[in-house]
Amino acid sequence: MKLSQLLDRDGFTLMNAVGDRDVTGGICGDLLSWVMARGKRGMAWVTVQTHMNVVAVASLHEFSCVILADGCVMDEEALRKAETEGVAIVSAAHPAYAICGILHDMGV
Amino acid sequence: MDDRFFVHREEYPITAGDFSAAGDASARIKYVLRKLGIDSALVRRAAIAAYESEINMVIHSAGGTLTLTVDRDTIRLLARDRGPGIPDIDLAMQEGYSTATEAIRELGFGAGMGLPNMRRCSDRFTIRSSPGGTVIDMEFTIGKESG
Repeated sequence: MKLSQLLDRDGFTLMNAVGDRDVTGGICGDLLSWVMARGKRGMAWVTVQTHMNVVAVASLHEFSCVILADGCVMDEEALRKAETEGVAIVSAAHPAYAICGILHDMGV
Repeated sequence: MDDRFFVHREEYPITAGDFSAAGDASARIKYVLRKLGIDSALVRRAAIAAYESEINMVIHSAGGTLTLTVDRDTIRLLARDRGPGIPDIDLAMQEGYSTATEAIRELGFGAGMGLPNMRRCSDRFTIRSSPGGTVIDMEFTIGKESG
């Protein structure tokens, strides 16, 4: 699935200027080390954590995007950092459970 | 690997409590390893181990350094901090064991996965600790990855 296909759905907003990319898997969790241990390249990471270290973890793993659940937003500094690192930050108006369901239905 | 370099070495200072800079050294390490033409799967493995050691020093130590050394066969990451040391290393190496505070956990750290992640990511892992500081030595074999 392309990230742009997800952004076509209701309630998903791209928060920074990055290019389209393939989403090849998914992971859901708010414990950074947990995600660090289990993440794989290309995954969409669904979380409610919004601080700078989320960007570091996503960048190191080369995740396709971070999807912030429940309408969570990231501050400007972190968004800028994510943009520099090429990490797509998506704010979603859905709870994490629903986001994972949508991703799964879309073939991720 | 080609013959353009023999040994590359960089050292990064890690400041206790500085969460905003945590990840900078790992990002730099990832960049350097890529520039050196190292396999991307190995680069990710080393960068993850570097990040975990960086975060551990930020959260638990009085600060320290992370040193990257790359030669033809091996990437080496040496994390050295200035204490206060790990009283029970066997316990600290167990997945899920953490001494992080509630405030740290709210940031999503303190899952007790840091040291186990470092051991899993590296090809050789040694740790020694005293009240004067902890030294974690990790090596990664270049050329092991199949792609």
